[in-house]
Amino acid sequence: MNKLIYNYIKENRSRILDTWIQNMRNKADERLIKGVSTEVFESTSDEFVEMIISRLTEKEEEFLSLLTDFAEKVVRLGWPLVFVNEGLKEFEKIVYGGLVDQGLVNQDKLLEVVGDLDSFMTPMQNEVVNMYSQIWEKTVSLQKIALQELSAPLIPVLDRITVMPLVGTIDTERAKQIMENLLNGVVNHRSEVVLIDITGVPVVDTMVAHHIIQAAEAVRLVGAHCMLCGIRPEIAQTIVNLGINLNEITTKNSLQKGIEAALEITSRQIVEMEEVE
Amino acid sequence: MEFQSCVKIINEWDIVAARQLGRNVAKELGFGTVDQARITTAISELARNIYLYAGQGKVCIEKLYEGGKSGLLIIASDEGPGIPDVRKVMEDGFSTSGGLGAGLPGVKRLMDEFDLDTTIGKGTEIRAIKWLR
Ligand SMILES: Nc1ncnc2c1ncn2[C@@H]1O[C@H](COP(=O)(O)OP(=O)(O)OP(=O)(O)O)[C@@H](O)[C@H]1O
Ligand SMILES: [Mg+2]
Repeated sequence: MNKLIYNYIKENRSRILDTWIQNMRNKADERLIKGVSTEVFESTSDEFVEMIISRLTEKEEEFLSLLTDFAEKVVRLGWPLVFVNEGLKEFEKIVYGGLVDQGLVNQDKLLEVVGDLDSFMTPMQNEVVNMYSQIWEKTVSLQKIALQELSAPLIPVLDRITVMPLVGTIDTERAKQIMENLLNGVVNHRSEVVLIDITGVPVVDTMVAHHIIQAAEAVRLVGAHCMLCGIRPEIAQTIVNLGINLNEITTKNSLQKGIEAALEITSRQIVEMEEVE
Repeated sequence: MEFQSCVKIINEWDIVAARQLGRNVAKELGFGTVDQARITTAISELARNIYLYAGQGKVCIEKLYEGGKSGLLIIASDEGPGIPDVRKVMEDGFSTSGGLGAGLPGVKRLMDEFDLDTTIGKGTEIRAIKWLR
């Protein structure tokens, strides 16, 4: 590494940082600053510049650990990659500008300094992009797992009666999960009746209907009843328009009606208690 | 041509994006909840067919204004294998994928106008319109 650049960065560290924060603040749009306090913005900026400098002064491992921490933090804060990239470029610009302003580089050394600075910044840029996308992928896959856990919950509401409330879009993966959980649930909870509630499902197309029909059929095969509840009026109409036959499945317009029917199937009912004297 | 916007269909989640686009435009045009559901379901069927049978393609949504009435046009187009027997696929229950075979005849019933144009080896384009009443 060029001694001149190295010394300049080390000696002017705080000035570089201040300029950097100021310039980046102008570049950052509203969304980025909002929700992040000035302290967090400044401390994150400080870490960023610290990390760049550590690439110069510290061992490889030290830099990588700072980079990992930094990348995790900015992904969590929602700083876009473009902004981070911009930050690296800005750093380069400030350092170069400073060197020229202070008259530290003369004409014949100019090219050499530019080349050195570039060969320092470019590989680092790759490393930063790489780390950022790794962390990003990790975050997305964690969210996927979290979603999957939410996707088809089974709730044993009463002895032998289980409810599966579905909320949100049903894709093929989720449809599979619904079938699996239903069948496991019937066995594990010794359910005689399972109620699928689709109040929260925005669209019931042929794929969703097909999966519901298959799930109901499978439940019937393991000896339990399956009921479909919470069919909103507009969904009922589209199902009819599609020409889908749900005659094989018991349907109830609300979960409450479904539970009443389920009690009846299991030969029970809810009664009001007489006032005890 | 009136305002048009499109969603590329490449993976399963693009189907959801296309539906969302359709629902937003339907709302803007003033369609009620039942027609919104019909339109989004029709888009879902067409987009899923693209995803399943053509691999990729696009769904475009257009606002129509004609002689004092307004409507919503769905254009689902792909450069997939095309459909060999158009009459058959319009029958209820015909499916080459073990599905219900209710998609295409269903879309025709959900919408007011339906037009299917397909060439073997070239692709398929389906246009369907819902008029605002
Ligand atoms: N874009 C397309 N390109 C090529 N073939 C298609 C396309 N769309 C539909 N098809 C063919 O038409 C058949 C009928 O389609 P349709 O949507 O009516 O039923 P499906 O997709 O098989 O089942 P589902 O009821 O789940 O929609 C399909 O099985 C497929 O062979
Ligand atoms: Mg289909």
